[in-house]
Amino acid sequence: MPINYYIFLSLALFAIGIVGVLIRRNAIIVFMCIEIMLNAANLLLVAFSKMHHLQQAATQASAGTDGQIFVFFIMVVAAAEVSVGLAIIVMMFRNVHSIDINFLNRLKH
Amino acid sequence: MNALIISAVWGVIMMFSGIVLKQKHAIRNLAVAGLILLLLANGLEMSGTMFFKVDTKGMIEFDRFALLFDSIIFASAILYLLLSARDMEKVGSNYAEYLALIFFILCGVVLVASFKSLLILFLGIEIISIPLYILTGSDKRNLKSNEASLKYLLLGAFSTGLMLMGIALIYGATGSFMNANIDVFKEPPSALLITGMTLLMFSMAFKTSVAPFHFWAPDVYDGAPVVFSSFMMTIVKGAAFIAFIRLFDEAFGSLAPKWQLWMAILTAATLFIGNITAVFQQSVKRMMAYSSIAHAGFMMLAVYAMNTDAKEGILLYIAAYCLATIGIFAVLGKMSDYTFDGFNGFAKSQPLLAATITIFLLSLAGIPLTAGFLSKFYMLKAVIDTHHNLWLVIFAVLMAAVSIYYYFRLIQAMYFKEGTVKEIHITPVFKWTMMILAAFIIILGIYPNLLLYWLYF
Repeated sequence: MPINYYIFLSLALFAIGIVGVLIRRNAIIVFMCIEIMLNAANLLLVAFSKMHHLQQAATQASAGTDGQIFVFFIMVVAAAEVSVGLAIIVMMFRNVHSIDINFLNRLKH
Repeated sequence: MNALIISAVWGVIMMFSGIVLKQKHAIRNLAVAGLILLLLANGLEMSGTMFFKVDTKGMIEFDRFALLFDSIIFASAILYLLLSARDMEKVGSNYAEYLALIFFILCGVVLVASFKSLLILFLGIEIISIPLYILTGSDKRNLKSNEASLKYLLLGAFSTGLMLMGIALIYGATGSFMNANIDVFKEPPSALLITGMTLLMFSMAFKTSVAPFHFWAPDVYDGAPVVFSSFMMTIVKGAAFIAFIRLFDEAFGSLAPKWQLWMAILTAATLFIGNITAVFQQSVKRMMAYSSIAHAGFMMLAVYAMNTDAKEGILLYIAAYCLATIGIFAVLGKMSDYTFDGFNGFAKSQPLLAATITIFLLSLAGIPLTAGFLSKFYMLKAVIDTHHNLWLVIFAVLMAAVSIYYYFRLIQAMYFKEGTVKEIHITPVFKWTMMILAAFIIILGIYPNLLLYWLYF
């Protein structure tokens, strides 16, 4: 498959993530949209990694592996971010019994 | 490499110290000892002694610039802990954990200052950000702190998404994550590379609170506990700027004609929004938050100019800005009232503290004989040396003039207004550290080469 298909797919996912972050009001859904953004980047990295491998495998056997390794780092960091994020959302829920983002506008006075 | 490994290990030690040590002051002393060890180890590395030899495959390189920056950060962190570590007790009961998180952030700062690969940049930024989300929300019962941490988390994760997409696109265009391989001049540059660079620019602008991506900054700095917003505004912001400079110097240096105008526009917008909004604030804490955006605008001048003067100047600027802001926030942490009126008559009850705060404010405003003046001077000189967009220099000077208004308002409240300040408890260590901070600022303002000399010996 041409690389363009992968680029369009992941840009579409990325756009869905951005739109979700901007319009949804539920903290957990916003968080899921951010995860979609990260996974769009993951998908693109893997696709490019395969592309570079096919292009350069003749001269360099390990070409393109670094992209796939990067994906593992992103997964680890995203997991850490989710664990901290959910803890913060739980902390907020304990105090206000709501996970609505509109609550965040209270700080501007 | 010394500082990187020691800071990570010391973070773990601090975590366990909460179980082993029962007294708060023992934990505090352990943290200060760790920072002094870090500073010494970093100094030894500058003179060529490496404790650890790790083959990073060229992904991390500790050059003079990075090592000097690390030393500045560790020195500021020592002063920060001496001044503010007691105030962390007021935030919550997990004293050792807060200090452990600060050591982990320092580990991320070291990574971010010396990355040669976008992978390390990403990891460093995340190692800085994730502990900061926790520290911002550490005041668990306070709604403002909750809001600030959730807002910081969502926007921080969002900007991480932008950064990752940018990195992926750049990887597609160049087939590598290494700065040196990305910066290969090709005409015309591919659309993937330009898009990726733009996304990276946006995400770094988010992390450094550069307008128009600054809107999270005042709320987060205002909502976080004072001790931790001081840390975020100084050390973390300095690290983000070093990463910004290194990224656009090493990875996108040959694309400079493509991004320079955008940087100039971002800089002007940041200077304008930061300074003008700070004028209207009634709370000193919020005023300092906007002033940190204004200073981000000045540091952006270095990113825009990107020459030798800019790189020397940014180190001096970070040192001057960190010292002054840490000092002001240390006093602010002791106050019960954060408004300007809360400082009325402060000079009568605390003459020494009022004098040191005045020196810090003069330095932030850029009055001669202080470090703040020379660092602003370096920034403007760097921009003039580029011979483009000289309107930026004139605009920056005008905005510096505006900043004098809101800094002097605090001096006026302290010295020329009547009022009573609630008695605040000051230890001798606090007093002496404040005087050392003020002395550093004046010495750096007269002999900046004492600092910059270490770049070249």
